[in-house]
Amino acid sequence: MSDVRDVIIIGSGPAGYSAAVYTARADLHPLVFEGSVTAGGALMNTTDVENFPGFADGVMGPELMDQMRKQAARFGAELVSDDVVSVDLRGAVKTVTAGSGSIHQARAVILATGSGYREIGLPSEKRLSGRGVSWCATCDGFFFRDQDIVVVGGGDSAMEEATFLTKFARSVTVVHRRDELRASKIMASRALANDKIRFAWNSQVAEILGEDKVSGVRLTDTVTGDERTIDATGVFVAIGHDPRSELVRDQVRVDDEGYVLVDAPSTRTNVPGVFACGDLVDHTYRQAVTAAGTGCAAALDAERYLADAEDAARVGEPVSATA
Amino acid sequence: MGASTITVTDSSFETDVLNSTKPVIVDYWAEWCSPCRLVAPILEEIASEHADRLTVAKLNVDENPRSAAAAGVVSIPTLAVYQNGEVVKIIVGAKPKPALLADLADFI
Repeated sequence: MSDVRDVIIIGSGPAGYSAAVYTARADLHPLVFEGSVTAGGALMNTTDVENFPGFADGVMGPELMDQMRKQAARFGAELVSDDVVSVDLRGAVKTVTAGSGSIHQARAVILATGSGYREIGLPSEKRLSGRGVSWCATCDGFFFRDQDIVVVGGGDSAMEEATFLTKFARSVTVVHRRDELRASKIMASRALANDKIRFAWNSQVAEILGEDKVSGVRLTDTVTGDERTIDATGVFVAIGHDPRSELVRDQVRVDDEGYVLVDAPSTRTNVPGVFACGDLVDHTYRQAVTAAGTGCAAALDAERYLADAEDAARVGEPVSATA
Repeated sequence: MGASTITVTDSSFETDVLNSTKPVIVDYWAEWCSPCRLVAPILEEIASEHADRLTVAKLNVDENPRSAAAAGVVSIPTLAVYQNGEVVKIIVGAKPKPALLADLADFI
């Protein structure tokens, strides 16, 4: 087993890398588990990020994450492209086990595992996944040149995907269960003004049709209950995200939806020495810049916690007496 | 490409994949696909660790649309295992190494 470090960061989106930059600059030598196939987080599957302050002309999601990664590395963060498979967060020294089997210990842990895309929950969706059902327009849009596509969802991600897909598709139909979009004004008006994008309002996907590849979707009208079918060869699902808290759900408090609960405005969880940030805790904002902000807060909270623990040890008192 | 994988194209597909005596995992990928880039080093490792049992072949779908279309690939990364000229297994999406090894257990 290796020595006990100051801090381990689990996750590598804007929250994880921001926490890495700050803890590295505080000389806490963070060890960052970036994830073996999820490194960089959700922004790796996006194109233009137009709302991250400091980039007047926008920046590509993967480029932004690459810059954050390099910034963390520059200050000495140790970046490991592996997954964490188990954690023991109890006690003053926490244990983290990586996918490779290596075991690591630290006095503080920052959780920044983000969120994963949500599925509609239909058996046909699973069966046709990779056969026309996709969650990644930037990966798979290319295969649907001159075809008719359905995008499911009404938020910013859905509008981004729909707009992006018009580069390839003959038509894009946005299926949304309400009669107005949840997306930001700029994203919504861009999609509404696009000639190739149609909207199926008050509609829910009842079934994705097709034997071994997608041939269409059956929709239910959420107001009248009527059913109708639209032909499509691709279905892109963008109905939101769920927190990736499986790893820690039995050790830190989470809410009904699985978001890790923190003592806001701090990033402290109910377990001393464990901090959480980014989309893993955030129902509300879910932006790259807010994730980066809470990642920074988690780093500062961890730094303070470690300093307090050290002070307490120096005067021979238990940590809890000074908290 | 890396040291342990081969690069396959529309024109070499028959020779390198369909006529191979070993199972071939074809990695359908593209430069603009982030998950493809993330899973690439894992495939390099698998190729080097199991070189006696299988070949890992990289196929760029941008440059080789015929092979991708013939295989019905509409999502990348797609890993298709070819044995004796037939597709015997399809894995869609980037997965961590332990999950990939489990999916490929029959071939390694």
